[in-house]
Amino acid sequence: MKKRLFYQFSLLLVALTLVLAGCGSKNEPVSTKEETPKATEAANTGASTEGEIKVGILHSQSGTMAISEVSVIDAELMAIDEINAAGGVMGKKIVPVIEDGASDWPTFAEKARKLISEDKVATVFGGWTSASRKAMKPVFEELNGLLWYPVQYEGLESSPNIFYTGATTNQQIVPSVTWLLENRGKKFYLLGSDYVFPRTANLVIKEQLKAEGGELVGEEYTPLGHTDYSTLISKIKEAKPDVVYNTLNGDSNVAFFKQLKDAGITAKDITTLSVSVAEEEIRGIGVDVLEGHLAAWNYYQTTDTPANKTFVENYKKKYGAERVTADPIEAGYTAVYLWAAAVEKAGSTEVDKVKEAAKELEWDAPEGKVKIDGATQHIYKTVRIGEVQADGQFKEMWNSGEAVKPDPYLKGYDWAASIQPTE
Amino acid sequence: MRLQKLTPQRLWILLGYTAAAAALFSAPLFVSDFRLNLLAKFLAFAIVALGLDLIWGYTGILSLGHGIFFGLGAYAMAMYLKLEASGGKPPDFMGWSGLKELPLFWQPFQHFGFAVVMGIAIPALLALVLGYFTFRNRIRGVYFTILTQALVIITTTLLVGQQAFTGGTNGVTGYSSLLGFSLGSPDTKRALYLITVVVLISIFVLCRFVIGSRFGKVLRAIRDGENRVRFIGYNPATYQMVVFTLSAAIAGLAGMLFVLHVGIISPSMLGIVPSIEMVLWVAIGGRGTLIGAALGAILMNWAKSEFSTAYPEGWLFFMGALFVVVVVFMPKGVAGLVGQLKFRRKRREPEHERVRNPAV
Repeated sequence: MKKRLFYQFSLLLVALTLVLAGCGSKNEPVSTKEETPKATEAANTGASTEGEIKVGILHSQSGTMAISEVSVIDAELMAIDEINAAGGVMGKKIVPVIEDGASDWPTFAEKARKLISEDKVATVFGGWTSASRKAMKPVFEELNGLLWYPVQYEGLESSPNIFYTGATTNQQIVPSVTWLLENRGKKFYLLGSDYVFPRTANLVIKEQLKAEGGELVGEEYTPLGHTDYSTLISKIKEAKPDVVYNTLNGDSNVAFFKQLKDAGITAKDITTLSVSVAEEEIRGIGVDVLEGHLAAWNYYQTTDTPANKTFVENYKKKYGAERVTADPIEAGYTAVYLWAAAVEKAGSTEVDKVKEAAKELEWDAPEGKVKIDGATQHIYKTVRIGEVQADGQFKEMWNSGEAVKPDPYLKGYDWAASIQPTE
Repeated sequence: MRLQKLTPQRLWILLGYTAAAAALFSAPLFVSDFRLNLLAKFLAFAIVALGLDLIWGYTGILSLGHGIFFGLGAYAMAMYLKLEASGGKPPDFMGWSGLKELPLFWQPFQHFGFAVVMGIAIPALLALVLGYFTFRNRIRGVYFTILTQALVIITTTLLVGQQAFTGGTNGVTGYSSLLGFSLGSPDTKRALYLITVVVLISIFVLCRFVIGSRFGKVLRAIRDGENRVRFIGYNPATYQMVVFTLSAAIAGLAGMLFVLHVGIISPSMLGIVPSIEMVLWVAIGGRGTLIGAALGAILMNWAKSEFSTAYPEGWLFFMGALFVVVVVFMPKGVAGLVGQLKFRRKRREPEHERVRNPAV
């Protein structure tokens, strides 16, 4: 009995040590990525902050969103390493402080607050879901921080403390609907996961269909993580749409496309265009079921620019030949470079000065030339519609030719009047 | 309450509580604003844990649906804060969901008093209705627990689906002020923290009072043998309903404080996982001891925050390890540790005596 108690207590001691170890390191910027040995070294030796600039990286590394967001972290760390290797920003090394948003919106808010007020980072690269951005937004506005958000989203937002390097609706959804109306048919079926992005996106699409002569034959939402689409597919068959506009997210895509194929519907019968299916998702869903289906993005791994050639090459060299790049990954990478360029131009990491310097800043991104729009803090992006090929890559079917000016509130579209905020 | 004799043991306990209260009240003096904000959030969680312990630890009713009561309180406060931020106009998410007019049920939430009353009354009422239909029909044990889980799924689905009225998965966020005080200012934050401490201590005292009363004795009797209580002539259903309602009201109150500290409420905060997590805090801290429940909530959340900062990639493993260690080696939770130690000492003493006096 005594022995057992002793044993129990020693284990308890071990556990307590673990807890203490956990808190002991709280004041150091921690980077557990092995791929950034330089950054880690700098952080751990506690070198004076004179020669360093701390930046926050805040994505989900656990929970449902981790599968998507971890690749964005990789791209952002790669950009930081590249910049450091080339001499850093203003001669200073960039040191990443990584935090886990855990796919939980209040956690994103908490960690954002921690990065700004405790770690005093110069800027934060982070977020994926709209919900995580909405949760962080008030924190950045309150503390006058700076957030770079790398994912396409539903628009209708423009915060003075956020730079949006993903597409807003007029750089992805609106042009793709126009293209579909011109090339694939008038009858649209809207299918989406039940959350804010699909609902808002479909609100825009419905107005656009009314204005541009399309016809809505059905609209359905399924809960996130829903996997039984047989009833829905029967409904789609009955409605006989020309186009299924797909805003499903995550696992639901796997189930939907597999069951669509099982029901004998191929890309030749009904066109589906997805806005949340990129190269990484193709690997998860399976090329065989996705071949021939469409997607709308601003970047594909196959996008033919000199910058992209080096980007893809370096990414594969660093993280493995089997890895693929995709739109949000590229947008995360671009965000780091844009911030670094703005800091260099401003000669300071102060938020207000960086924002001022970032206005109309241009950069040759892997997706082509991008430019920051000073008024909305979104970036000019080229719209691209791609078709899934047998090798799991996209073939570009159409692009907008030039980078499209961001218009998050769709002010340039008369039909969008009812969606715009009232004031 | 009648006065109890002050034994040395009671004196120590009293001293401990006083020290803890003093530490909580003086925290703003030596903790950074960010840490204070975190602590305030943990204290809000500790309040839920107290209410949960009341029904689980003392009455033996396991509710895996307390996230809802917590969330309803939080939403009530969030609606008020959102309307104050938008100046009474329909909030932003209604605009992009195609709603132009402020819905009728949102309008009274412009008043702070109404929101606070509703934040407590709605969860309490929901618990009362659920309790009425279950306890009176003698649905208990695992069946009751399953019902609470069903309630969680229904509520979260409803909140996600009604985006125009509830903000959908994004939840409600983007507040500016409370009764005119800017939520961003450190002074407001400190005041809110102190309010949370006061509420926590009041709820703690309230729970102590409930447990010490005759009512509390019946609760424990229900936990240990519901049928016997019934045969003696009590109606357990009434007691269960009252304590379940009280527990839900406490959770609603905690939810309101949570929103003030964190600045967002979304359906994910009242889903299945958070609801189970709340029960875990009580289990880890020590079921059936109020101080244990509160400590468990603070300890687990603090560990979560520290681990995830130190090891953003592997923190969940540490949380799991912590959980396993506590469950395996401290079956009565952290609060039970004191008892475990005392037990061990008592066992040991006679042994020594026996060795010293082999003749006896």
